[in-house]
Amino acid sequence: MTTATALKSRHLLGIEGLDAGEIELVLETALAMKEVAGRTVKKVPTLRGRTVVNLFFESSTRTRMSFELAEKRLSADTLGMTTAGSSVSKGETLSDTARTIEAMAPDMIVMRHASSGAPHQLARVCKASIINAGDGTHEHPTQALLDAFTIKERKGRLAGLRVAIVGDLLHSRVLRSNVYLLTKMGATVIACGPATLIPPGLGQLGVEVTTRLDEAVTGADVVMMLRVQHERMHGLFLPSVREYFTQFGLTPARMSRAAADAIVMHPGPMNRGVEIDSEVADGPWSVILDQVSNGVAVRMAVLYLLAGGEEA
Amino acid sequence: MAVVMDADRVSRSLTRIAHEILERNRGVQELALVGIRARGVPLATRIAADLRQLTGVDVPVGALDITLYRDDLMLHAVGPQPVIRRTEIPFSIDDKVILLVDDVLYTGRTIRAALDALIDFGRPRAIQLVALVDRGHRELPIRADYVGRNIPTSRQQSVQVRLQELDGRDEVEVEE
Repeated sequence: MTTATALKSRHLLGIEGLDAGEIELVLETALAMKEVAGRTVKKVPTLRGRTVVNLFFESSTRTRMSFELAEKRLSADTLGMTTAGSSVSKGETLSDTARTIEAMAPDMIVMRHASSGAPHQLARVCKASIINAGDGTHEHPTQALLDAFTIKERKGRLAGLRVAIVGDLLHSRVLRSNVYLLTKMGATVIACGPATLIPPGLGQLGVEVTTRLDEAVTGADVVMMLRVQHERMHGLFLPSVREYFTQFGLTPARMSRAAADAIVMHPGPMNRGVEIDSEVADGPWSVILDQVSNGVAVRMAVLYLLAGGEEA
Repeated sequence: MAVVMDADRVSRSLTRIAHEILERNRGVQELALVGIRARGVPLATRIAADLRQLTGVDVPVGALDITLYRDDLMLHAVGPQPVIRRTEIPFSIDDKVILLVDDVLYTGRTIRAALDALIDFGRPRAIQLVALVDRGHRELPIRADYVGRNIPTSRQQSVQVRLQELDGRDEVEVEE
């Protein structure tokens, strides 16, 4: 595999549309971007005069802050919009919001939306480059890229690694983006979750699927925990928090089955005592805070690479 | 196509520059070399080796990638972005005399970007410029303090510097 010299699309809508060379380009660019965070002046003039709009139709703290910091470190002008108190709560459609924002001529739009495919619709109407910051249960490409960057930082490679992804597989865009990325880069992915939360057809994405956590963790180089949303705890999906933790909670005892130098990841926000034991979250395996710092570098890389992207 | 500097000439120029650096700066202790990627870095490393031979002192060497500071980056929104390489300056530049090293000095725009980048790392006492080749045609008020060779060129020509570390051999060639 050779590193690409540019991204083919001027949008980043998902990992599915990227090839291995493009993923490698983002990761290598992020490595250079990470160095900026260690300087006295943590800012470079690269995107001076460029405008980035952060459109968050769904609540988000860390992704939004991470993007904002990345934009500011590249000297872009940023403005944000959240749903509460905006025209969206007054009944405006997505297309009308998009057209209104388009009229202000931003160069890039970072978008999170509860509906899968929303950024794709925006990409069709807008001249700006669209970065998907999470759409419904579909994709969260920058999360998968920062996960890959963190794994590579610790393991030196992605190919040949055994990665267990555990939790609510059905509703997880983090899972989907990670599956696309890790399989493209030659890693083996084992997805594990309760039978009620396994989407049909997951196996067709080249993933091993299991409902037994011990089986998933055994020999794993990376264990990636997904957040279990409390709203799924009621009703059909899961009987109780305690039962979930008994079967799918990551404990030190379970981690002893993983590779000796295994790492534990979590996209956050995590629920201690639900999907992850505090001893694991704060233990020597954990790279959860590295993921947060690396997120800024990876998002700087994406913003930089898309800023010069070729006309579609 | 004409080879204007061969391996021997490149090496002798760098050694002469090392002597000039010592002549002009009293203390070696306060010096630090920063090479501009790509070819400024091996040149800086070689000057450091010459300085060690002359004084026994190890002068620290850093690598600077100026891509994020280029003034033509966002001029053309169409076309791929230049690949960014890593900047590695593993020492404090505060109060140091920084010897900024590049292979070819031409319009001066790379140096302008490098100066902006360096200032973001701290406040050096002084910055001096080393260029293996000065080919003229400056577009900014910038000049080199140490020059390997002045080579008059036309704007249509291109100057290729090849170095052992990156290209397998040392030579400077002027191409039409």
